[in-house]
Amino acid sequence: MPVANAKHAGRQRSGEFFFRTATLSAAILVLGLLGGVALALLIGAWPAFSHFKLGFLTHELWNPVTDEFGALAAIYGTLMTALIAMLLAVPVGFGVAVFLTELCPRGLRRPVGVAIELLAAIPSIIFGIWGLFVLAPILQKYLQPWLIAHIGPLPGIGHLFQGPPFGIGVLSAGLVLAIMVLPFIAAVMRDVFETVPDVLKESGYGLGATTWEVIWQVVVPYSRVGMVGGIMLGLGRALGETMAVTFVIGNAHRVSASLLAPGTTISASIANEFTEAVGTLYTSSLIALGVLLFFITLTVIAAARLMLLRLERRALSAL
Amino acid sequence: MKARRQVRRLTNVAALCLSLAATLVGLACLGAIVWTLVARGVSGMSLQIFTQMTPAPGSSGGLLNAIYGSVVMTLLGIFIGAPLGILAGTYLAEYGRDTRLANLVRFVNDVLLSAPSIIIGLFVYEVLVVPMHHFSAIAGAVALAIIAIPVTVRTTEDMLRLVPQGMKDASTALGAYPWRTITSVIYPAARSGVVTGLLLAIARISGETAPLLFTALNNQFWSKNLNAPMANLPVIIFQFALSPYKDWQHLAWAGALLITLTILTLSILARFIIAVLPGGTAQR
Repeated sequence: MPVANAKHAGRQRSGEFFFRTATLSAAILVLGLLGGVALALLIGAWPAFSHFKLGFLTHELWNPVTDEFGALAAIYGTLMTALIAMLLAVPVGFGVAVFLTELCPRGLRRPVGVAIELLAAIPSIIFGIWGLFVLAPILQKYLQPWLIAHIGPLPGIGHLFQGPPFGIGVLSAGLVLAIMVLPFIAAVMRDVFETVPDVLKESGYGLGATTWEVIWQVVVPYSRVGMVGGIMLGLGRALGETMAVTFVIGNAHRVSASLLAPGTTISASIANEFTEAVGTLYTSSLIALGVLLFFITLTVIAAARLMLLRLERRALSAL
Repeated sequence: MKARRQVRRLTNVAALCLSLAATLVGLACLGAIVWTLVARGVSGMSLQIFTQMTPAPGSSGGLLNAIYGSVVMTLLGIFIGAPLGILAGTYLAEYGRDTRLANLVRFVNDVLLSAPSIIIGLFVYEVLVVPMHHFSAIAGAVALAIIAIPVTVRTTEDMLRLVPQGMKDASTALGAYPWRTITSVIYPAARSGVVTGLLLAIARISGETAPLLFTALNNQFWSKNLNAPMANLPVIIFQFALSPYKDWQHLAWAGALLITLTILTLSILARFIIAVLPGGTAQR
């Protein structure tokens, strides 16, 4: 039946064309999404950028009544909370990863590992309400008075821990963020540590090195790129995180010397004020904050992904 | 020599103890969160949650409209996002492979995967809410779809790549066009993996709050209208937890427990599928 065969072949060919085009369009849509997000935000933020120019970045004042907006406090809060989170979460996450790959009894390795991965899936709003209702009162009652009494009077860093204990504030937000990104950082670091070939570690032990020396001088140098990549992915999360921060930051547009004082972050300002913003300039300024956040996190994430990509290539070439 | 050995041994013990301490501290913090969530959530849990609407301040009620809204928007988001994600993932795994375009798409997808979700909310606000002049459930679903797409792309590509080359070759040798091979051989072989990816995507978007704040907004009442603001669990939790009313705060905790249980169930189910079902193990 040559006719039927020709028909069949024709159908197959056009099927191939349609399917291929469909998958290609979907792939291009993914590309377009990122570009579309950047473009839409820039257009939305244009009134604010053209009105305030570079002053938007350097002014602290955020006054909806007089229509004056500056992003400095939000930028400071975003960077500061992320910094605190990373200072706490990176060493602890490193410790957890070391424990899981080198110390943990085999039987416990999987359950603890799975528990940590599942905790990374808990939505951030849960961390937020926990921070507000449980952590903040504890901080206000115990940790902050202690910090004020003992570190506050010290020269140099003392000013970071002065003033009344509010419970909520920049430090509390950093702490909640740290707890939130911890499972993520620990899981990534563990995965990276597991890529270290056993032969390398065994050579270290063969030379008489202790477990710690093998970790510090063999595992860490070998997985440096991957570790930094994982840390930066965590940093990207901490910078862009909204709900965990919004509950505990206090939403005050000012740069305070003390970490105990309320502040705000870019994402918290947007979450708190966007639906209530009246007037083009107010809305546009909030979107402009979004643009800043977008470019800050984009840089961090892109750098992290490039590093992890390099690691993947190296792993492939080693095979 | 002996002293040096002593130092090395002590350093080793100290470092390993610190590592153990870090793990304990980490697990304790996370355990505390889960404990609070269960303790406060269970006390707020009751049959009312599933049968009554969100109440006015100071009166009792449930979360029915919020649960309905969350389910509707999450499913709608997956129905929009999953086909696109699966198609794009198929392109990366089967057609694009290592071409420049495929590598670029892969990189951009990875960036989208970790982009802050509040940015996605702003984007959808700009392109849907502003032109339509009002908040709507559709806008919320689109925002969730945009978050689901990169997750699906990633898992689909990974899963399709696990299908043995021999199976693809066998199909090609029978004279099948690539699209026949993909739809009749590769998809069935990778089915459980792709389903796992979808479950993970659902888990990811069902707890998202930030992108819904100014797309779906919120609604105090029962609404089935997709073209109007719709209640949803995350935003209700946000609003109720920050309120001064005790009843509302109880409901917020109950909602938080509900969301977390849903997400944990989905994540565990996903692991189970990949580990147990045929097709899941065959790919290992």
